[in-house]
Amino acid sequence: MTMPLSDFLLLSPEIFVLIMACAILVVEAFVGKRIADISYTLSQLTLLVAAVISWNMLDTAHAVVMGGTFVHDPMAALLKVAVFLIVIGAFVYARGFNTSSGKLTGEYYVLGLFAVLGMMVMISAHSLLTIYLGLELLSLSLYAMVATDRDSGNGSEAAMKYFVLGALASGMLLYGMSMLYGATGTLDLGGIASALAEPGENSLILVFGLCFVVVGLAFKFGAVPFHMWVPDVYDGAPTAVTLFIGSAPKIAAFAMTMRLLVESLGSLSVDWQGMLIILAVLSLALGNIVAIAQTSMKRMLAYSTISHVGFLLLGLIANTSAGYSAAMFYAITYALMAIGGFAMIILLSRAGFEADKLDDFKGLNDRSPWFAFMMLILMFSMAGVPPTVGFYAKLSVLQAVVDVHMVWLAVVAVAFSIIGAFYYIRVVKLMYFDEAVSDAPLETSTDMQIAVSVNGLLVLALGLFPGGLLTLCIQVLG
Amino acid sequence: MAHALIEKYKGHLLATALTAGVLGLLVLWLGYQYRDFITGNVLLYTLLKIIAILVPLLLAVAYLTYAERKIIGYMQVRIGPNRVGPRGWLQPIADAMKLLFKEIIFPTNANRFLFVVAPMLSIAPALAAWAVFPFTDTLVLANIDASLLYILALTSVGVYGVIIAGWASNSKYAFLGAMRSAAQIVSYEIAMGFALVGVLIAGGSLNLVEIVEAQQGSFLHWFWLPLFPLFLVYFISGVAETNRAPFDVAEGESEIVAGFHVEYSGMAFAVFFLAEYANMILIAALAALMFLGGWLSPFEGTWFEAWFAWVPAIFWMLAKTALMLLFFLWFRATFPRYRYDQIMRLGWKVFIPITIVWLVVEAAAVMAGIGPWFV
Amino acid sequence: MDFERILFFLFATVLIYAAGRVITVRNPIHAALHLVLAFFTCAALWLLLEAEFLAITLVLVYVGAVMVLFLFVVMMLDINTSPLREGFIRYLPLGLGVAFVIVSEMYLVVRARNFGADVIAIPERHPEGYSNVKELGNVLYTDYVYPFEIAAVILLVAIIAAIALTMRKRPETKYQNPAQQVAVKAKDRVRIVEMKAEEKQ
Repeated sequence: MTMPLSDFLLLSPEIFVLIMACAILVVEAFVGKRIADISYTLSQLTLLVAAVISWNMLDTAHAVVMGGTFVHDPMAALLKVAVFLIVIGAFVYARGFNTSSGKLTGEYYVLGLFAVLGMMVMISAHSLLTIYLGLELLSLSLYAMVATDRDSGNGSEAAMKYFVLGALASGMLLYGMSMLYGATGTLDLGGIASALAEPGENSLILVFGLCFVVVGLAFKFGAVPFHMWVPDVYDGAPTAVTLFIGSAPKIAAFAMTMRLLVESLGSLSVDWQGMLIILAVLSLALGNIVAIAQTSMKRMLAYSTISHVGFLLLGLIANTSAGYSAAMFYAITYALMAIGGFAMIILLSRAGFEADKLDDFKGLNDRSPWFAFMMLILMFSMAGVPPTVGFYAKLSVLQAVVDVHMVWLAVVAVAFSIIGAFYYIRVVKLMYFDEAVSDAPLETSTDMQIAVSVNGLLVLALGLFPGGLLTLCIQVLG
Repeated sequence: MAHALIEKYKGHLLATALTAGVLGLLVLWLGYQYRDFITGNVLLYTLLKIIAILVPLLLAVAYLTYAERKIIGYMQVRIGPNRVGPRGWLQPIADAMKLLFKEIIFPTNANRFLFVVAPMLSIAPALAAWAVFPFTDTLVLANIDASLLYILALTSVGVYGVIIAGWASNSKYAFLGAMRSAAQIVSYEIAMGFALVGVLIAGGSLNLVEIVEAQQGSFLHWFWLPLFPLFLVYFISGVAETNRAPFDVAEGESEIVAGFHVEYSGMAFAVFFLAEYANMILIAALAALMFLGGWLSPFEGTWFEAWFAWVPAIFWMLAKTALMLLFFLWFRATFPRYRYDQIMRLGWKVFIPITIVWLVVEAAAVMAGIGPWFV
Repeated sequence: MDFERILFFLFATVLIYAAGRVITVRNPIHAALHLVLAFFTCAALWLLLEAEFLAITLVLVYVGAVMVLFLFVVMMLDINTSPLREGFIRYLPLGLGVAFVIVSEMYLVVRARNFGADVIAIPERHPEGYSNVKELGNVLYTDYVYPFEIAAVILLVAIIAAIALTMRKRPETKYQNPAQQVAVKAKDRVRIVEMKAEEKQ
């Protein structure tokens, strides 16, 4: 078997990120002490260059290389670009977090880059093997990042829970994959799809395997009833890590679901649609209702994640190309909103104090009207209030669901998002109508402030002009 | 004490030796008479081959202890054992007798089962590794495909004897020794494994016979030259793996009495002793095999080649092994014991980087086809 | 019953016994040792499948390295497992019930009908000169080179994570700097003073 160089060119973003991550590791070890922020700067540069490379590959034709383990298609290119840009934002916030808490080390960025690599592998996976390995690479990096804050009891607990439950989920996924392999005799996603196209007697085994695969995916997404780890991990991890976990990996999880459920197990859609409906409805219900009871901002956002995952799943349930592109749009914009939301916590924090209580947002308008406005945009967007991007994300998902005549599902989703709007708008109320608890000025770096502003304005701008990204999402799946 | 015993029972000993000799001759004659039956019966034949490896090996172990005491003695301007038998030749026998008749004492609250099993776990891999060892290209019990890997795997299992002995003894010295030994052996195994990767790249095979055959030519073709850093790393790691001086912190008599086998006496102690020396011989023999051309004559490809053509191949193998064993003894006589953290540093921060760098160099040399080794 | 079959059943029995003891035995060190035994017999079973490379690697990696470190930690920690076992009897009926349900469900779904000897072809014996190592290497560095490299990256991440999480420079720890120790010259430590012998008063 020979591999032409052009095959490797398709892998150029992956190869670039890997080489740079290794290089940064070495650079950090030798000159990290002398040159401040060296690994941060190099990491951002890496992500930027990788984003440019991937963006240029958007028009490259669909191709399966590396012995059928790697696929390049426009969806992969777009999702990778999205991951890179989101992580760039996450790194800016992480640096802001580090200046106020000093808890992160240079390894944060390196582990982050390896997590990005894992997401890229998942996004471009064309074999059960690569999906699993990409997932493990991502998870392993995340476990380590969550555990960074060793001295905090909550942090250690979060890392332990994340690790144990993540391992359990991987086991489930692997077991399901083994069933799929046993029934079809191939690890290749395309091979599985074509094996399923022929009528066989193994459908029972396939559905059995599918159950485990869906459970594994639901664990990774944090969909109810496999959501138990989400609030504790989000709450216990350092905020910089939480915003990393809560954003880009959701895009990768979406890609993994697309590859596994749609591309390879598409002919079993009747079976997985039913499972996903249960997950989606439960996630919407539990996420939105329990979030109301939270007093911690991080926990509230964790439950909000759960409910957003429910929405994302709706797009997949529609099982039409419009539904997939809506879900893709949702995943990308949600990641954007999520890093913004967590960034606000970092913005309000200062040395020795973390603004992760809802009460810390009281009277923000008096302290800083501009950032109160940014938070307002973010909260409105998460709640789905027009003209923010969250509204269009929800709208397109609901449209896809209604198009396949699942009106009741759309009604349920709308009902729960109205319930959910309560706790988002409560934050707005706290900011604008309550007395400030402290009048300490915001003491964060300029780039952090710029980044939060850009993030908030982007959420608004994408809401005003959603056409570009939406059509892109439709194009790459078309 | 021992020599007095020997003096007293001289007659008995002589009689025993004579009987053993007569019986041995009888067995040989019987074997010769029934050779067709024996070679026809796979199980019996293999069993006999195993005995033919193990008995000389155990004798070699016994006389290695004697050689060690003598050589180190001379290095320190002493004479060494010279009382039992002519020039002390019967000293190992006397030692073995003494240990055989000693009582095995179980410490209070020791885990009796594991306490007994530990020495066996220590000796079994040390002996089993010889199953694939080629003494010459034809003289090998099992010429398996992955013999190098097999030996590496089995030597890595030997550490269990040490750990279990340390834990089962219910003694803090033994436990400390076991912990040290476990960390040390696992650390050096990595460097050793990398060095072996270099050998298998150069030899193009995991099979020991093929590795030696790849070194044919002259003594400059042997792998010690192109793989010199790996040779050093391998041999030093081998010294560390066998817990020999200067890396013998697992025993460290000045710090933790005698380490993991402090509670052992009699035969149980002797078995540990056997395992350690059998492992030494194994490491030395492997070094000879992989870096010094094994059974190949050192005069191959030189003017003297014809003069030494009559020497059997196994002689070279044994001579090279003996040379490497001499280094083991020489180290012990020369170097003071490393401190524990120095050992760890040497293993992780010096040897592993060296091996990795040399693997890259070697891979480049293989791609470039640099002769005469990598053509 | 041929010799190979006897060996299979022997190793299979030992494997199941050892695996069972891993979870039932009281002493964590005995459990770890039983796990070692389980790995060993597993390797023997793989040998019977003509997968000698994997078998030897299993012994080398799991028995020779992973379990040694595991034992190391377990011995150092001196874990008391009795609190962990509280309520074992109380939850046993529930656990057994759940296990029974799962096993019977799996039996109904998976069962021999789908993976039995009559459905899946019996693998053929390899010819005399077959080298498991070579074949594996060939596949690993061609068809599976991409997953193989990712697996390598995963191990790298594991190393980074382990070091990043455990290596903390604590001011109270005393340690030597070997580079400085080696660089020391005699004149840094000893000053040789020449002086005349003093006369006796």
